[in-house]
Amino acid sequence: MNETAQAETGFFAEEMTISVGPQHPSTHGVLRFVVKTDGEVINEAIPDVGYLHRSIEKIGEKVTWHGYVPYTDRADYLAAMFANQVFCMAAEKLGSVEVTRRGEFCRVIACELNRIASHLISVGTFGQDIGAMTPFVHALRERETINNLMEEICGARLTYNYIRIGGVGYDILPETCTRITEFLDHFEPIVDEFNRLLSGNKIFIERLAGVAVVSREDALSYNLVGPNLRGSGIKWDIRRDIPYSVYPELDFEVPVGTAQVGKLGDSYDRYWVRIRELQESSKILRQCLKMMPKGPAIAKVARKFKPPAGECYARVEAPRGDMGFYVIADGSEYPYRVRIRTGSFTAMAIIDKLSKGIMVADLIALIGSLDVDAPEIDR
Amino acid sequence: MDAKEIYARLEKQFPGKVSDFKGDVSEPYLLVDGQAIIEVCRFLRDDSNLKFEVLSDLTGVDWPKEEKIQVVYHLYSYAQKHQIVLKVNLPRDNPKISTAEGIWKVANWFEREVYDLFGVIFEGHSDLRRIMLPEDWVGHPLRKDYVEQEEYDGMSTQRAPLVEKLLR
Repeated sequence: MNETAQAETGFFAEEMTISVGPQHPSTHGVLRFVVKTDGEVINEAIPDVGYLHRSIEKIGEKVTWHGYVPYTDRADYLAAMFANQVFCMAAEKLGSVEVTRRGEFCRVIACELNRIASHLISVGTFGQDIGAMTPFVHALRERETINNLMEEICGARLTYNYIRIGGVGYDILPETCTRITEFLDHFEPIVDEFNRLLSGNKIFIERLAGVAVVSREDALSYNLVGPNLRGSGIKWDIRRDIPYSVYPELDFEVPVGTAQVGKLGDSYDRYWVRIRELQESSKILRQCLKMMPKGPAIAKVARKFKPPAGECYARVEAPRGDMGFYVIADGSEYPYRVRIRTGSFTAMAIIDKLSKGIMVADLIALIGSLDVDAPEIDR
Repeated sequence: MDAKEIYARLEKQFPGKVSDFKGDVSEPYLLVDGQAIIEVCRFLRDDSNLKFEVLSDLTGVDWPKEEKIQVVYHLYSYAQKHQIVLKVNLPRDNPKISTAEGIWKVANWFEREVYDLFGVIFEGHSDLRRIMLPEDWVGHPLRKDYVEQEEYDGMSTQRAPLVEKLLR
């Protein structure tokens, strides 16, 4: 409390240091904040990460190109498909492998389903952090169906190892396509229900409007990506701006923050971008199911995959934004260096700045609105 | 602007400081003199035709045979939709470079990670601590010749490999 405030109120408070985490329901994984507070107001929240560091980058130097794909799953367990895809894209670029057209469509279908699942977790747990328990259960119920669909597609519910160098592991069967369409018919009205339950809820809006505003300049300087960047009003989506796979043929919108309840770039804007992306992903899925061509799902790739020496940086639009793999090959069976650049890592870097002067309860809203995912930060 | 033009501009602005441009790869890169990296970065960000407002990635690569550690900057411009990769070679036994924190704030965390995993010292950095590993960890794991300490805090770090064949 500054001196004028002390003189006015007559209260004298000492700065208190509290450790939030590593085990805390609002941190969504194992991460910790050293919070210095003055009563309810935060002076500083210093993130402390690294609890889930598994050296995935170092492991990449020790296993073969094909063998590394399952490891990439573990970078972000809520959106494993995207890490699969971006690593395979990097390997394909280096080894000049062309993905089959059906393989590309299978990839996009699997990825967009995964995006819906990941965003459902994000908005569901976000509601729970703010104190709304019911929407979380609704979100998990829908995600359960997606998990079942994923199991049908690739045999796994969380860490898929589905996308392989040259295409995908298994073709998507016509029955599965029908079930995905059935799911979408059921899911699209659910988004409206979700909006009635949560997005339009007065308490929810009051808690988020104008909280932890990220300006355009900060969003760029801290390299926020994905929905966090678009929440600040910057229309940037890798799928649209650095097109890859079959996205140029698909028709979808890139939702951005519109300051509809508070200021541009506040926590609500970031949340609202995710809700609208649920609808966009559903739109993409319907188009893909219609356009899917016949043919092989995977190209012929040598079992001993040995791309020539070189380097490349591949990126995709994951649910937590721009996920980049910087891969260096030295002509051998093993990658020389694999670097994984994730959206959560850069989102964590901004918390220190945003937390100054906000309330303790708003810190929880801030962490939830940035949708940080602990294993993705630490890798 | 394509990478070749960007390189030509940098060469004109900083004669002798940039070299070894390689344009026939998917992400063209060039070598920058370690002393000049901050000026080059600032120019790239502020010039109205270049506008590299985003540092997409900053990382290191260890090349023990050539006795060097490379620090790699991936820059992107949302406004101009172009990209460039900068590389700086540092001596392996004493890698030191100025911090880019003053240009892109996100460099703070990226540099902490490179310091932690490669042992590169970023001079002028506001908070150069280990980020992934504990403060009292020995060594920098992403260096090619790294050997893990046998014990940490009384816990053994060694385990027989499960699959011998997969290990190099």
